[in-house]
Amino acid sequence: MRPMPPPAPAPILHRFANPGRFLRATKPLMPWLWGLSLAVLLPAAGWALLLSPADWQQGETVRIMYVHVPMAWLAMSGYAGLALASVLALVWKHPLADLAARELSPVGAVATALCLATGSLWGRPMWGTWWAWDARMTSVLVLFFLWVGHAAITRAFEDEERGARMGAILALVGVVNLPIVKFSVDWWNTLHQPASVARMAGPSMHVSMLGPLLACAIGFTLLFTTLVLARVRAAVMERRVAALELARARAADRPAPGDAVVTA
Amino acid sequence: MSGATAVRGGKPGGLGLAAARRRRRLWVLLLCGLGLGMAAALALTAFQDNLVFFRSPSDIAAGMGHDGRAFRLGGLVEAGSVVRDGAEARFRVTDGANTISVAYRGVLPDLFREGQGVVTLGKMLPDGSFAASEVLARHDETYMPPEVKDALERSGHWNPSQGAAPPAAGWNTMQPAPAGARTGG
Repeated sequence: MRPMPPPAPAPILHRFANPGRFLRATKPLMPWLWGLSLAVLLPAAGWALLLSPADWQQGETVRIMYVHVPMAWLAMSGYAGLALASVLALVWKHPLADLAARELSPVGAVATALCLATGSLWGRPMWGTWWAWDARMTSVLVLFFLWVGHAAITRAFEDEERGARMGAILALVGVVNLPIVKFSVDWWNTLHQPASVARMAGPSMHVSMLGPLLACAIGFTLLFTTLVLARVRAAVMERRVAALELARARAADRPAPGDAVVTA
Repeated sequence: MSGATAVRGGKPGGLGLAAARRRRRLWVLLLCGLGLGMAAALALTAFQDNLVFFRSPSDIAAGMGHDGRAFRLGGLVEAGSVVRDGAEARFRVTDGANTISVAYRGVLPDLFREGQGVVTLGKMLPDGSFAASEVLARHDETYMPPEVKDALERSGHWNPSQGAAPPAAGWNTMQPAPAGARTGG
């Protein structure tokens, strides 16, 4: 037999392709995920806002970083997740991937908006301006528009499947922006500073600030994941309810066999 | 071509056909991605000059910015060059190789100091100095508590007015001293 490499998804992808199984498998996880998110995020916030030191030149303003940086990371890693879901949806027609992409984009848009807003609040006292059109800020603004555009386009069509396909294509085209966001501060000179944590020479941040930053990043990532998972679950259930209502409405519309005789 | 082979070689019942379609979609996606990536790379390279936020003193020395148009000049504030006279400030901006005098009237940002990166918006004057209408401070990528900065300064490892901090490996494990032991602010 001719060897044929089938690009079939891993069994685990198939296992959760069944929405009913997905609901059953994630139901017991949800309280744990909510609990874990809060159990990490609350101490991390205390560490970052109260216990960690001020910066020698930024003073207390440095604490904005503990929200800004995790939101920036989530805006980008979330977008990578959106791209992955889009590939799964376009190539493998995974039934949950479209739903995951659709439910991911509003959360990603909020994370990106928070990243932009906190950056602006920090920029005013530190740089002396709320906003500058440098390569980093402009590319993050483009990322925000991609998130919002995806959220809008997936909901813009009467035919949901068509909207999902348009959204997936938009999401994949937008992937080109991810390396631009990440490397804009290295490729061109910008007002925004270069990376402090994920850089070749090791973090240029004192450990007393790096610790709470990583704790906040883990906490916000858990919260982000939990929110998206809860949204996907709700969306699956919404579709089930809609399907049931449709079936009931059809059953009610169809005249019973005896009725026709009586009214005639 | 390979799709047709897969169809004929596939099992009956549409499994081979589905796999072939899947593979074709994957290839189309990869090719589109490749094309898009190359187009983006070419566009970004072509617009390289317009994507930088500011010019360096060396760009000016090489003849840029003398056409009377406003542009952004960026670099480090040279140590010992800041002179404040009421609302007016004069300082020199350097990139290590070349230096330009800047005059500015207005409020300087909190982070402005000698050795700090700045981006100024303005025009070149005929005398070769720069008249700025806006001064923004750049923050570098180092984050450290005041105690660590004091310790580095005391031990002679870093003078902040001379520019960027030494490599982090030396100081990012340094523990902040207890609050009582701090000198100055």
